[in-house]
This record gives sequence, C-alpha cells and structure tokens, in this order.
Amino acid sequence: MDKTYYDPADLRKFGKITDWQEEVGNKFFDWYGEVFKDGHLTAKEKSLIALAVSHAVQCPYCIDAYTEESIKKGYPEGAMMEAVHVAAAIRGGASLVHGVQMMNKAKKLNV
Amino acid sequence: MTKSLSSLNSPLSSTKRQLKILNSGSFADGDLETFQQKLEKSNQFPLSPTDLEIFQINVGYMCNQTCSHCHVDAGPDRKEIMSKENLQLCLDIIKKHNLKTVDLTGGAPEMNPHFFWFVEELGKLNIEIIVRSNLTIIEANKKYHILPEFFKQNKVRVISSLPFYTSSRTDKQRGKGVFDKSISALQKLNAVGYGLPSSELTLDLVYNPVGPFLPDDQAALEAEYKKKLKQNFDIDFNSLFTITNLPISRFLDYLIASENYEDYMYKLVDAFNPSAVNGVMCKNTLSVDWQGNIYDCDFNQMLQLGVESKTSNHISNFYITELLSRNIVVNQHCFGCTAGAGSSCQGTTI
Repeated sequence: MDKTYYDPADLRKFGKITDWQEEVGNKFFDWYGEVFKDGHLTAKEKSLIALAVSHAVQCPYCIDAYTEESIKKGYPEGAMMEAVHVAAAIRGGASLVHGVQMMNKAKKLNV
Repeated sequence: MTKSLSSLNSPLSSTKRQLKILNSGSFADGDLETFQQKLEKSNQFPLSPTDLEIFQINVGYMCNQTCSHCHVDAGPDRKEIMSKENLQLCLDIIKKHNLKTVDLTGGAPEMNPHFFWFVEELGKLNIEIIVRSNLTIIEANKKYHILPEFFKQNKVRVISSLPFYTSSRTDKQRGKGVFDKSISALQKLNAVGYGLPSSELTLDLVYNPVGPFLPDDQAALEAEYKKKLKQNFDIDFNSLFTITNLPISRFLDYLIASENYEDYMYKLVDAFNPSAVNGVMCKNTLSVDWQGNIYDCDFNQMLQLGVESKTSNHISNFYITELLSRNIVVNQHCFGCTAGAGSSCQGTTI
C-alpha cells in the first residue's frame, strides 16, 4: 500500500484518465484547454484565478501546476500570495457569514 | 563569486558523466522514449541539415558572469579562448563559402582579445554579424564602454539575454546586480540607435525560464517585456526570443540538486512536438569551438558531441558538401529544442 494518498508524480499522469473513459475524458480536456485560452480574460489572468481556486479547493496537484503556470506567466511572488489570500478570505468569510445563521437561530431559541 | 563546474572539479564538468545521466533513469527503463525513437516515430530520423545559413563561432568560454543556468559553464575562471589563427581560418571559410550570417557567442565573446579585430574584418564583408552580448560586459570595464558605438559602426545585430523584466528574477539567474547593469547597457544601446522603431540597428532580447519549466508564449512575453521595459526604463528593443533551458551543464546540476531532473525530462518529452523539429537550428547552422572543432550546435559542443564526419570535423579541413550530407548527432538533451513551440538561438521554431 502506498505511504501517501498524493504522489507529485501522479500529476503528469493526469492525461491517463482517458484510458478508462476516452470519450468523456477527451471532452473534458478539450473543454479545459478552451477555458484557459485568451478571452475576455487573458490566459495570464486565468492562471492566477486558477491558483486561487486551487487553494480554495485544496488540490495539491492544482497548486503545483498553477504555481508553476503563474511564475511562467510572469506573476511576482507577492501577487501569487495575494491571490491565495483572496481564496482564504472567501473561505474564511464563507464560514463567518454563517455566523448570521447561528445568530438568527439563537435569537429564535430566545437565548 | 560563483565558480564554474570546471574549476570546482564537479563530476558534472565531465561530458561523459552528463551523457550517462541523460541516458539512464527513465530512458534506460523504457518509461520514456528516447529522442531517436521519437524522431523515428514521426519519420524524421536521421535528422539531416537543409543548408548552412548560420556559422556560429564560440570564441571562448571566459565570461564576466557565472549564470546559474549556463549551458557553457562559462565564467571568469574559464581560460579557453579562440586564437587569432583559428579566427582567421573561420574568416577564410566565411569568405570562401560566401556564408551569410556569422553568430558570435561565448562566454562573453567581447572578452576574446581578438574580438574587435575579428568583427572589423567581418564588417568588411556584406554579411549579417550577430553578437550574443550579455550586456553587463558593456559596463564591466572602461575598455568595453565603446561597445555600443563599435557595434553600430560594424552594423552588428545584438542579441542579449534578459531573463526577466524585474531585478529579482534576473539577478537570481544571472547574479546580483546584473539586472541594473543590463538596464543601463540597454539604455546605452538605445542611445546610439539600437532597437528604436525607426532604426536599422537590431537589438533582440532572449528570455530563459528561471526554473524547471518551459517558456510561456513568445508573443505574449514579448508584448509584456515591451510594455514593462518602456514604462519603467524607457527601453526599446526589436524582438524577444524564448529559449528553453537544455538539461546540460550548470542547468543539469541545478535540476539534480533541486530534485527537479526527472520531472523536467518528463515535461520535455511529453511536450515533444514533431512540427517543431523542422525549424531546429542544427538544420541550418554549424557551431565551432575555440579549438576549431565543428559541431551540429552549441549544445552538442558543450557535450563534446562532434559532427558525424571523420574527414571534415575541424575548420582546418572544412568540406561543405560533406558537412551538408552528414547526419546530425542527437541525444536526450535535444528534447529541449523540440518541446512545445520549439527552441533555437532565434527563439521558437514553429
């Protein structure tokens, strides 16, 4: 049994998911490729969004991939860390905003 | 100051050792296809030259910098310098065969004591002269301050490395203070007319990734470099060439030390692009080392993989017909030139 659930070397095997379901897998990769092309947002901007989202969904493969991509596209380290803070702020805010629900419920219970 | 692998007597200063590493691991296990196997699959093996358009002369490995990625392992401690006799032999070949482009590289080519004489001789011919200048040499010593004017007088096309448009990433790769000196040198080249929109004096820049990854899109990077260098330093230049770091010499040393070697080789092999093969530089270039030996490219020179010709492998026995019918020597480092959009001394190959 493997000692860890995540192996960095598995990232480069991502394409192999098509081995067991080629049609749907290929559709995913075609769509994925389209998503990251220049559009209203540049490919560069999309790489930083992807970096932030990688942290929000806590995907180690995505973090490796989009750290490299963000450096490749010329983002300084400070910008990358700000993007992580954006992800963290949304995650933190998402928890805290439920505090309103807690307060509503507590008031209803006449605490 | 950082020393070269050569002066440190590093095991990697041995080209045999480098080639052994490049041919072991995943290539030996069969997990990765070799470069030859990839070419065979796309019916491109053996690789052969189309013409001789660029005569690239490495006039010596001495340099005022010791860059962390340098495939030459150049530095101030390297003493290999091309003699005037060998430069004269090169000149004779260029004249005899009416070669159109001469590409001078190093080390810092300007540190060859015969550099000024040689460029003036080339300047008398109606050919394109390329000098791969590291920029900081212009600032290094009083005797080099004349370089911008000298380049202009001899209509030299200047191609210079600037790994990034910020100091932190440039200095990380090329040494502390290199960015500021490079900016100052670029401003001096601009001042004599290099790189200006209305000028015929060409100034191109080279981007090397600062880590174990492939370059980003060349056109996008060029646009960003132009914007940032103009905005921050009022600098103009013509084109930006993206060049992939090949896994040899000091970059190989870095890859191994940082445990990125295997991952990088997978990246290069996975990104193999058959359509990038046609434009690789070994198809229209020959490379000459300081001793006059002939190679398919500057990278093969650094691995001491000479041209596959027993009778025409030195500038003293230069037979163009034989050289043009040779097979190009390939190895796993060649994946660096065929990954993604391809890579050559003139940037992408597709």
